[in-house]
Amino acid sequence: MIQLQNVVKRYPGGQEALSQVSLRMDEGAMAFLTGHSGAGKSTLLKLIALIERPTRGQITVNGQLLNRLPKRKVPYFRRGIGIIFQDHHLLHDRTVFDNVALPLVILGYRQAEIARRVRAALDKVGLLHKERAQPVTLSSGEQQRVGIARAVVHKPAILLADEPTGNLDPDLSREIMNLFMQFNQVGVTTLIASHDLELISTLRKPILRLEAGKLLDTGAPPVAQAEAPA
Amino acid sequence: MKGAVRTHRRARTGGAPPIHTRFQAWGVNHVQALVFSLGRLYRNPFAAALTLTVIAIALALPSGLWLALKNLQAASSGWDHGAQLSVFVDDAVSDGDLQSLAERITGMAAVDSARPVTREDALAEFRALSGFGEALDLLDHNPLPALVLVTPAPDHQGPEQVRSLASELEALEGVTQAQVDLQWVQRLQAILEMTRRGVALVAVLLALGVLLVVGNTIRLDILNRRREIEVAKLVGATNGFIRRPFLYGGLWLGLFGGLLALIIVGVGLVLLNGPVQQLAALYGSDFRLEGPGFRGALGLLGLAVALGLGGSWIAVGRHLRDIEPQ
Repeated sequence: MIQLQNVVKRYPGGQEALSQVSLRMDEGAMAFLTGHSGAGKSTLLKLIALIERPTRGQITVNGQLLNRLPKRKVPYFRRGIGIIFQDHHLLHDRTVFDNVALPLVILGYRQAEIARRVRAALDKVGLLHKERAQPVTLSSGEQQRVGIARAVVHKPAILLADEPTGNLDPDLSREIMNLFMQFNQVGVTTLIASHDLELISTLRKPILRLEAGKLLDTGAPPVAQAEAPA
Repeated sequence: MKGAVRTHRRARTGGAPPIHTRFQAWGVNHVQALVFSLGRLYRNPFAAALTLTVIAIALALPSGLWLALKNLQAASSGWDHGAQLSVFVDDAVSDGDLQSLAERITGMAAVDSARPVTREDALAEFRALSGFGEALDLLDHNPLPALVLVTPAPDHQGPEQVRSLASELEALEGVTQAQVDLQWVQRLQAILEMTRRGVALVAVLLALGVLLVVGNTIRLDILNRRREIEVAKLVGATNGFIRRPFLYGGLWLGLFGGLLALIIVGVGLVLLNGPVQQLAALYGSDFRLEGPGFRGALGLLGLAVALGLGGSWIAVGRHLRDIEPQ
C-alpha cells in the first residue's frame, strides 16, 4: 500500500531531512513512526501525501508511483488519503458539520448523502451532538476529533496522522489512538507519527524509528504487515 | 458504532459517487460557489461598497462622456446634411431669368432642390432676421444680390462632391459665386472625432483600472483565505474547485459595479436634461438628452462583468498556484 525505496529528501538549504529510507506497509497494516523532533517524521508523511516530492528514490502509494505523478492529478491522488495534523487545520468560519463535509463537497456528493456520511463520521468520533457548533467553542480534544472525522469521512484507503495527540493529556491521547485502531480494524492502512513512546508501545503495533533522517532497524527494509482481524 | 464500521468496509471499494451524481453535483457546486461568493460580499458590506463605488465611477465616467458625445452628434446631425450652397447671381439678371436659372439648376443630377431668392426677398429676409432693418433704410438702394439656395442630392453630400458641384455652378451664366457653407460643419466633425478618440482612450485606461481594482480585491481575498485554500487542497480539491468562488466573486463585483454605474449615469441624465431642454428651447429646438438605451445598458453591464471576471482570473491565475499545503 505504501512503499518507499531508497528515498532521499534534501531541502534547498542543503540539509538532508531523509536519507536512504526504505519501508513497506501492506494494505490494512498499521504502524507508528517515532523519533525526536526534526528526525524526519513529518517529512516522511509529507512525501507520502505528496505535499513534498522526494529528491531521490521511489515512492509508491495506493498503487501509484508518485515520482512522476503530474500536478493536475495530485488532487485525485489525495482523495484516497486522510490526513490528520497536530493543529487539526479546522476552518473557523464554519460549523463542525461544514468542516467535516468539505471532502465530500469536493468529491461532489449530494446534499443528503453528505449529511448522512458526515453524521456517521461525527458519530464515530462521538461528536454528533456538536455538529452545529463552531470549532473555536470546542476543547482541543474535541477539535482533534473533528479533524479525524474530516479525514475519514470520505473513507480513504490510507490514514496519515502527524502527532495527533501532541497537545492532549494521556487519557484523551489514548482515546484518540483507540479511534485509529478502530479505523485500522476495518481495513484502513494507518501510519501515525508520534513521539509518545509510552503510549504507542502499549498498542502492539510495529514501531518505525527515525533518527536524523535514517530509519533505524538496519538490514531488511522494515515491513509492517496487516494483522489478521481478531 | 457497528453501522459506521460497516459503511467503512464498503468504502474501500469506491471513494467517489457515481458519475451522473458527480455531474449533477458539479452544477450544484457552481450554484453554491455563486451564492457563496455573493454572501461574502454581503458579509463585508463596507469593503464591498468601497470597491463597488470605485468600479462604478470608473465605468460611469467614460459611459457619461460617450453619451455626451452621442447626444452632441445627434444634435449636430441635422446640420451637416443641410449642407447648402449659396449661388449668388449677377445684379443684371432679371427675376424671370433667376426663376429659369433655378429650374435649370434643379435639373442637374447632383442637385436635390434649388430655391430662387430675389433681391427683394433677400432684403425682406435680412430685415426680418438680422435686426439691422433700420440701418438698411439709410441706404438708398438694395445692397443684397439675388441668389439661388441649392441643396445637393442626398448621394452628393460629400465635401469633394459639393466642391465640384460648386465649380460647376460657378460656370453657369449669370452666376458670380457659389459659396459652400460647409467648412464650419467639417470643423465641428473634426472636433467631435478628436473628442471621440479622447473618450476611447480614457475608457480604455479606466477599464484597465477596473481590471486592476477587481484583481487586487480578489488577490486580497485569496491571501485572506490562504488557510482555507490549503485545507481544501489537502483533502483533494482541484484547482478548478478552489478557483470557482473567487471567479464568481469577480463576476459579482463587475455586475454590481456596472449596475451602480448605470444608476450614476441615469441620475446624471435626469439632472442635466432640464437645463439642456431649456437651452435647446432658446434655439427653437425640442432636442432632449438621450439615454444609453436598452442595448447600451446591456453592453455596459456585459463589459463590467467581463472586466470583473477578467480581473479575478488574473489574480486567481497568479496567486492560487503559489498556495500549497505546508
